[in-house]
Amino acid sequence: MKYVDSFRDPAIAAPLCDRLKTRGAALAARGGRARIMEVCGSHTMAVGRHGIRQLLPENVTLISGPGCPVCVTAPGYIDAAIALARRGVTIATFGDMLHVPGSEGTLGECRSGGASVEVCYSPRSARDLALARPDREVVFLAIGFETTIAPVVSLVDLALREHIGNLSLLTAFKLVPPALRAVLDDPEIQVDAFLCPAHVSAIIGPRTYEPFARDFRKPCVIAGFEPLDILFGLCAILDQMVEGRASVENLYERVVHEDGNPIARALMDRYLRPVAARWRGLGQLPDSGLMLRDEFVRYDAEKRFDVPVGPGRESPGCLCGEVIKGKRSPLECPLFAQRCTPTDPVGPCMVSSEGTCSAYYKYERRMRA
Amino acid sequence: MRQRETSIQLAHGGGGVMSRNLIRDEIVSRFGRGPLEGLPDAARISIAGRELLFTTDSYVVTPLEFPGGNIGSLAVHGTVNDLAVSGGRPRWLSLGLILEEGLPFEVLRRVLDAIVAAATACDVRVATGDTKVVARGQCDGMFINTSGIGDPIPGFRLGPERLRPGDWVLASGTLGDHGMAVLAARAGIGIMGGPVSDSAPVHRLVEAAAAFAGGVRFMRDPTRGGIASVLNEAVEGQAVGILLREAVLPFAPGTRSAAEMLGLDLLNVACEGRLLMICEPGVGEGILETWHRLPEGQRACRIGEVDDRGGAVILETVMGSRRLVDVPQGEVLPRIC
Ligand code: SF4
Repeated sequence: MKYVDSFRDPAIAAPLCDRLKTRGAALAARGGRARIMEVCGSHTMAVGRHGIRQLLPENVTLISGPGCPVCVTAPGYIDAAIALARRGVTIATFGDMLHVPGSEGTLGECRSGGASVEVCYSPRSARDLALARPDREVVFLAIGFETTIAPVVSLVDLALREHIGNLSLLTAFKLVPPALRAVLDDPEIQVDAFLCPAHVSAIIGPRTYEPFARDFRKPCVIAGFEPLDILFGLCAILDQMVEGRASVENLYERVVHEDGNPIARALMDRYLRPVAARWRGLGQLPDSGLMLRDEFVRYDAEKRFDVPVGPGRESPGCLCGEVIKGKRSPLECPLFAQRCTPTDPVGPCMVSSEGTCSAYYKYERRMRA
Repeated sequence: MRQRETSIQLAHGGGGVMSRNLIRDEIVSRFGRGPLEGLPDAARISIAGRELLFTTDSYVVTPLEFPGGNIGSLAVHGTVNDLAVSGGRPRWLSLGLILEEGLPFEVLRRVLDAIVAAATACDVRVATGDTKVVARGQCDGMFINTSGIGDPIPGFRLGPERLRPGDWVLASGTLGDHGMAVLAARAGIGIMGGPVSDSAPVHRLVEAAAAFAGGVRFMRDPTRGGIASVLNEAVEGQAVGILLREAVLPFAPGTRSAAEMLGLDLLNVACEGRLLMICEPGVGEGILETWHRLPEGQRACRIGEVDDRGGAVILETVMGSRRLVDVPQGEVLPRIC
């Protein structure tokens, strides 16, 4: 574990924290502050797990962005999955989706009521499931950002090669850059810089962020998930802000290459085409999702079983939509840690292991009392 | 607000908040008077004036065999440990087997041999038993139930209400190995140098601490839900809290790699052969010294202290910041034991 420890070395962290403080002070000296959006749910969790918020100067705030795939999935999608399960289809899904509230209930409740809902640890287990039960239709809940899309569509590739006829995908793939643009286009959301996602960037490549730096003058820094990665990333952002620069910096070169991952992108391109997608919180955004191309329509569960995915109804009182956009912090939600807890979540941000509300609940709820 | 569940969900068995609610609302509400009160690991009962400790546990781990043990060794260690951490000397076991049609004899024999070996090593006798066979698909290979009876070791007065600020929190060895070994076996990542279950008895560690019994305030074996669950339960509703130090937490390298890979927090992952003890500061060094002389106590260390932050378990990270150590919620890792 030397590898991990070298990214958690307190001897390196201390000078970084000092640097954050001096940069923060330099900003403050001209009445400035930094609102930095950590886009990705894994960053949100890492910030909580390593207590990073406490290491920041007062005028530097981290706000969570729309980077938790479960959270941004619209309730209508859950409704469609439940409708399929009720029709006797086997639903294969990552565990988090079980407890995300749809308009009426959750897939977990549906499973307890006797529906066939199987938790998968990888998309491949959906294929194993389909092979093991040739008599049943298996539908994989294909959600996720650029990071997960390639491994998930490779299921279609497998199904084609292995002539698996009883496997299909209910897709709600989402793309990160259109969501960032929506955040910047919203006059009510104030973001000064982006801490860009690590793994998504490994697929799309750093250049994708250039318009945000060039046209919107927002520093974009790609960093890994280890505490030192994050501290380095925040320092780089503050450096840019103090010097009045805005550029894309890749501090995660051990994983993110200049042109991203062209092989994964080619695979995505072969099977998928851009489509308008509905985001919880952000609404319908043009070209912000991907769906199966027409020639693969038999693998598209929405068409195959004719279950249209509607908007659905969001849980009343839940501020997830605002939290996802970085407009509000979970602590501003009156339901937080009261009526809404991970055991009995009201919104998806409290369900997902990457959700902002669940990160605050897990690591910070009592630190502030 | 969404509807309440109308039936049992897997998460009810995960050792997290949902398990606790289920037990509180459905079990304790019906049976919670007498020896079951407070849900000790083992009940104190008295027969003809003689005090005994009595406990039971069921084992449904999948896969049946994993690096470091199998369902048989686990069924002995789990029950022996429940008696031991209640301040007892394990004596007798019952053994209930539920076998699925089609279970290979080979596997059954390996499991039974492991039971004999573990029972001998723990100096307990299997005194009674039962075997049932169910049709294919009605259980998963095999399930085991063991009950155990033990003699109380004089001198231990245990209970979370005895915790005081300044007390030491001790762990007898590396954390999270069992849960990670089972998960890795399940995910098929049986790599060289990967996690190996710590499934083992802790009764010798308890015996070794008996010389300091008066200064011991709390003992548990951190199974489902890991040390996070046990410590949170210990301080829940109390005026004291616990501060853990990340820098000194003992982890086996293979276990840590696997946890990082699967994105799990080892504080939430089960051990099956570790003792978590909270004691007066005065006896801490002495207990650690005696533990270090035992093979199972080689990596024993102090991992934190009791403080006055009522009800909270906090981790001081290696970065010098602090964060909450929460109770895992529901379906963290089903069928780990
Ligand atoms: S705390 Fe719960 S109700 Fe409030 S925004 Fe988060 S998920 Fe929604």
